[in-house]
Amino acid sequence: MTFDRAGRIFATVAGIALLAASGGAGAAKSKEKSSTAKATREYNKNPYPSTYRPYAGAPTALVGATVYDGAGGRIDNGVVLFFEGKVVALGGAELAIPDGYSRIDGTGKFVTPGIIDIHSHLGDYPTPSVQAHDDGNEATAPTTPEVWAEHSVWPQDPGFTRALANGGITSLQILPGSANLMGGRSVMLKNVPSRTVQGMKFPGAPYSLKMACGENPKRVYGGKGRMPSTRMGNFAVNRATWIKAQEYRAKRNDGKLETRDLGLETLAGVLDGEILIQNHCYRADEMALVLDMAKEFGYKVSSFHHAVESYKIGDLLKAAGTCSSIWADWWGFKMESYDGIPENAALLQAAGACVVIHSDDANGIQRLNQEAAKAQADGRRAGIRIADADVIRWLTLNPAAALGIDQQTGSLAPGKMADVVLWNGNPLSVYARPEKVWIDGALLFDALDAKRRPVSDFELGQPGEGDVK
Amino acid sequence: MNLRRPCIGIVTALLGATSALPALAQDIAFTNATVVIGDGGAPIANGTVVVRGGKVVAAGAGVPVPAGLRIIDAQGGWVTPGLVVAVTDLGLVDVEAVDQSNDSTTEKSPFNAALDIAPAINPLAQPIAVSRAGGVTRAAVAPGGSGAIFAGQGALIDLGNDPDMVNRARAFQYIELGEAGAKLAGGSRVAAHAILRNALAEARDLSRRSGPSVTLGAAPGDPRLVSATPERAGDVLLSRFDAAALIPVVRGNQPLYVHVERAQDIRMALALKADFPALKLVLVGASEGWLVARELAASGVPVLATPLNDLPEQFEQLASTQSNVGRMAAAGVKVGLGAFFDQPRYAPQYAGNLVALSKLPGATGLSWGQAFAAISSVPAEIIGMGDRYGSLKPGRAGDVVVWDGDPLEVSSGPIAVYIDGVEQPLSNHQTRLRDRYRTPTEGALPKAYDW
Repeated sequence: MTFDRAGRIFATVAGIALLAASGGAGAAKSKEKSSTAKATREYNKNPYPSTYRPYAGAPTALVGATVYDGAGGRIDNGVVLFFEGKVVALGGAELAIPDGYSRIDGTGKFVTPGIIDIHSHLGDYPTPSVQAHDDGNEATAPTTPEVWAEHSVWPQDPGFTRALANGGITSLQILPGSANLMGGRSVMLKNVPSRTVQGMKFPGAPYSLKMACGENPKRVYGGKGRMPSTRMGNFAVNRATWIKAQEYRAKRNDGKLETRDLGLETLAGVLDGEILIQNHCYRADEMALVLDMAKEFGYKVSSFHHAVESYKIGDLLKAAGTCSSIWADWWGFKMESYDGIPENAALLQAAGACVVIHSDDANGIQRLNQEAAKAQADGRRAGIRIADADVIRWLTLNPAAALGIDQQTGSLAPGKMADVVLWNGNPLSVYARPEKVWIDGALLFDALDAKRRPVSDFELGQPGEGDVK
Repeated sequence: MNLRRPCIGIVTALLGATSALPALAQDIAFTNATVVIGDGGAPIANGTVVVRGGKVVAAGAGVPVPAGLRIIDAQGGWVTPGLVVAVTDLGLVDVEAVDQSNDSTTEKSPFNAALDIAPAINPLAQPIAVSRAGGVTRAAVAPGGSGAIFAGQGALIDLGNDPDMVNRARAFQYIELGEAGAKLAGGSRVAAHAILRNALAEARDLSRRSGPSVTLGAAPGDPRLVSATPERAGDVLLSRFDAAALIPVVRGNQPLYVHVERAQDIRMALALKADFPALKLVLVGASEGWLVARELAASGVPVLATPLNDLPEQFEQLASTQSNVGRMAAAGVKVGLGAFFDQPRYAPQYAGNLVALSKLPGATGLSWGQAFAAISSVPAEIIGMGDRYGSLKPGRAGDVVVWDGDPLEVSSGPIAVYIDGVEQPLSNHQTRLRDRYRTPTEGALPKAYDW
């Protein structure tokens, strides 16, 4: 969470919630401090804390590769240095390599930051996709902000290993499904195998709340004969819930809460600006309404997800500072996806709006780089030229920013996590694959070393154990 | 084609000037191109493709261009045969999740094997137009499932912009014989195999009773409609319509496409030939095919493999790996890509990924030529049309795609598509939306006036 974003949100919330704040962000923050009752600070906001610690890695110098830094920069014949889990420096061939660094020849190869998938259900819809693993949708009430995806994630999902080895995925957000208007909290993971989900949790990442508009909630609950059964019902239920959250938050701020409510606690966290909103939404007209609902209640939509019609409202999305997390060209599988076009990403980029390429799929997560390349090429054919380095940003710094982890990862900059992929060719080519993947400077995948490939508990002793996959 | 042509002629006449009349095939020479024959060979630099009368006359380097042909200078682009996508729902679906627009699955019909998808195929469905713009020119359309292990009979189509798209109706029977089949059969593979054997036995019996009058050749008639068939035994399980539909299957006149994933399910499918020797099997899916690659190769049974499965999506796919196709091919199995039930236009991307594997230690991929063949000539051969299309060999249909780069590369796309020598429109709902929303803001009038 950046200061700026939090500040803006505090200011907005203060105005709408009539907290008697009359100044800007600073005034709102001081009000927040002074009026916060002791009780609201007594509970532990992080009861399932990350136990992830980076694994050991050698001081490493990647030399001679084409480097995309994730922030839109490109260095030909570049050098990337990392040590003790952090990026130390990057530069051209002239960059001195300190003693003690092991050199890896990247000639003809490419380096990017670790790929980040902002929309995954690995672990909460793991493979094998048997009913007993169906842990992604608490589809028993239209709003379940009280559930946390981390309580569903199965760390032994073999999909994590495929995402690492084939997709170069180093961080990923696991979201609840989209059956509910408010589906629950997501969890941000580092793609590091672990016995526990806590051992995968991204240290210090903010929580997000998954919301969904459109067909799914109204279908699921309309089908059960209850509200919402229409899009207007979707909004009515959402607004009524946000009103409760405002009341809860006001009581909390006044020290008048008698009992905790897990769901409202999460929603109040959104209104506080501590918890981000990740909003599944396909249609442009609905996204525009959601943006107004966010203004009405004083929160910000960090990113729309799927957003196949974002290209129709690039101007609105740019003004709102809301990203679109999208596929390259999924289209037509449901009514609200019928107007999806392959130029969505390029048109958004041309409009100055934020683009993130996401997967929502255990196969697609293995090829996000290819999806980005397709979206780039479809733009080129429509007359929109986007530099390769900017396209890589769709997979790295942009998702990191939309997840509130851009200070830690998402680009290769000194001091940031050494989440790094060495590709055996241009990652915007179908012919390229990750050759090595480091997470916090630890080499966790190596295509040249059969044993440097994770195998989940589930796959041990089964056909195909340890195969290249 | 049979009775369909006159009907289509009438429809075309009725639609009159508002409908795009089928264009005539042109005599064309594609020059200055990297030419891909599609037979497994490497691309040919600076090549030429000559199409006359809707068919390929010559393709390759140093091909002379006869006088009078329309010349299309590919300007260094690539020219390939059209893509052939086998086992897809193209034409059966407008929007998958909109039931009324989806004719792919049939849960509540009293029939199963008798189901024939041909009458449901809609040439104006947007997925046809979008796939055509992606370079797909031919497809084997399969039924998505019935209430039984027999999904019904699929059709071979072309994606030309005209109503006459079914090249062969009732081209194959499609059955489920893995986990899905077990569920449909009553809860187990045990039941699925019993139902299958009984059904084929009943069909064989009906075939014998019917005698040679139900002879089915290359252009099969419809055995379901033979009303003179005799009495059957009183304890038959199948309706006459379903049993009659399986006669060409047991006689080996109609291929039986069997969806299986697990290695042992593949063996059990191959074993059907012991009881029903005439069966012409094609295996679909086959995620664990690499575990039985030698047996598959020895059987001569071809495989339409889902290309990139590498997750244990179900227990029947524990050994899935992206190297599956490469390993089967290396063992001598005839394997084409298919049965990816997402967009047919992804075929080149899948093929390209198999080329990428050839650079990965421990993985087995395909050469570039093999990979392209796996989405053109090989599926064409597997669906029995290898002498008609799928490559640019002389005599094949003039199905030609001009690309702006290496067709297997994700950054490339088609810039022109020809089917039977007829240039095809590449516009569709998506391209129209793209053009309308080049700038998102309204102009002097609402967007609705921009068309």
